[in-house]
Amino acid sequence: MTAQNGQPLIHARDLVKRFGDFVAVDGIDFDLQRGEAFGFLGPNGAGKTSTMRMIGCVSPVTDGTLTVLGLDPAKDGSKIRARLGVVPQQDTLDMELTVRENIVIYGRYFGLSRKALGARADELLEFVELAERANDRVEPLSGGMKRRLTIARSLVNDPDVLLLDEPTTGLDPQARHVVWDRLYRLKRQGVTLLLTTHYMDEAEQLCDRLVVMDRGKIVAEGSPRDLIARYATRDVVELRFDDSSRPEDLSYWTDGLVERVEALPDRVLLYTPDGDAATHVLHERGLAPESVLVRRSTLEDVFLHLTGRSLIE
Amino acid sequence: MTALTYTLRPLEYFLTAYRRVWRGSAVTTVVTPVVYLLALGVGLGVFVDRSADLASGVSYLEFVAPGLMAATAMQIASFESAWPVLSAIKWDRQYHAMLATPLRIRDVVFGHQAYFAFRLFLTATIYFVVITAFGAVESPLGILAIPVTVLVGLSFSGPIAAWAAHAQNEASFVAIFRFVILPMFLFSGTFFPISNLPTPLEVIAWFTPLWHGVTLCRDLTLGTVSWGDLGHLAYLLAFVAVGLLAARWTYTRRLVV
Repeated sequence: MTAQNGQPLIHARDLVKRFGDFVAVDGIDFDLQRGEAFGFLGPNGAGKTSTMRMIGCVSPVTDGTLTVLGLDPAKDGSKIRARLGVVPQQDTLDMELTVRENIVIYGRYFGLSRKALGARADELLEFVELAERANDRVEPLSGGMKRRLTIARSLVNDPDVLLLDEPTTGLDPQARHVVWDRLYRLKRQGVTLLLTTHYMDEAEQLCDRLVVMDRGKIVAEGSPRDLIARYATRDVVELRFDDSSRPEDLSYWTDGLVERVEALPDRVLLYTPDGDAATHVLHERGLAPESVLVRRSTLEDVFLHLTGRSLIE
Repeated sequence: MTALTYTLRPLEYFLTAYRRVWRGSAVTTVVTPVVYLLALGVGLGVFVDRSADLASGVSYLEFVAPGLMAATAMQIASFESAWPVLSAIKWDRQYHAMLATPLRIRDVVFGHQAYFAFRLFLTATIYFVVITAFGAVESPLGILAIPVTVLVGLSFSGPIAAWAAHAQNEASFVAIFRFVILPMFLFSGTFFPISNLPTPLEVIAWFTPLWHGVTLCRDLTLGTVSWGDLGHLAYLLAFVAVGLLAARWTYTRRLVV
């Protein structure tokens, strides 16, 4: 009864998680196929972590259907977890042990032999570029190194699916890029990735397919490119105004020029297929904002369109 | 079989972590009984023996040594199962690491308690060697005070781990030590027979696992065992069992949400 060819690795229908009266996950449907990199994109509190914890078989399903690797988390949690790799949002490394000991001990939880783990630890530390720190204590390592160690540790059992909950939250930009690079390599090796993030660039870089979550519900699904094509235009013109010069209603200037206008507290976004052309016309019509920026649409714009709010608040 | 190997896996982690600190703890484990026995058994004992009417021919040293052994197990077990358990949930989060793997709540509970049993066994063995060296062990049965001491410890580590898994923060631990552990240490027959207590306190003392443990250890080292000691043993075993069940319940409520 395990997932075979064609059957999704993870299958959820009308999945619900409630904590008392609070509905964290409100009836979501999704399927994860082998070899995919699938993401949950949404702001904090969207229900991403609750979903991940149910998939990771550490949090019971309140309602609906969930099968992981063809098994039922309520009955076969231990068996499922034996085949998952988990990178939790908050590191659970032992700070007092060495880098290598952390991997070996974790591998022992899976019942792997010390001998096999010795070789496996070397290989994994090489992969995350921590081989030189193998015998150092974990505590003084940087945040990015700890994250990489957590990723190495999660691979110790050669998992069928790797669950990554906010894998780069709290890291500086450089450390994030190193983590992304390692995850990208795993993806190319055919490892199935399931990740949550509130960074649209992370979702764009890593996910073949993603769902946008907001307040416990899935509001859109598709590849990053699809979603942008469906819910945004190719270009965005960002206008900033002095407090005094910001017009109440822009429709006089933008009439016939843009597909959609989003007025945010600090700026106005104009969605248009051709940003440069639109900017040119706006000038001709005499609009004089403090600054103008033309850029490509991103998942941030998709999210804004779907929810009326931005991802990072 | 599976159940046992699953329990051994968390134990292996706790032993690995213990290896980093064992030197310091070993010194404490040896020095503590020596200091207590010198002060109480030898120092205070001289006064007591001049006027005491303990059991016939029993010196105060012989009386207090097995009591101290049991009481020390209580202290170590209580301490080890309070902060470290809350830490494994809240601060260093090692239980969460374990529960992301095939390990289940019962493996985490039993694995941690198995580690306490190991620590208690080390402590009890050293304590036994020290009190034997002081000449406080009268009977070869005394060696059985070692497993009994482990049981005394576990009868505290279970309930306290259960409490720690329920506690939101460490504030309650200080209260437990001040109002439960310390009074038990003083009034459960370690230093004087509980028959010397006012009746209400004596009745309370009957219910403490420490009194049963102290009495059992003392009967073993003095060689004064009777059938009644099986009752003490049963009481301790029951306490351990209830503690483990309680811990499994509170661990589940705290960690499986």
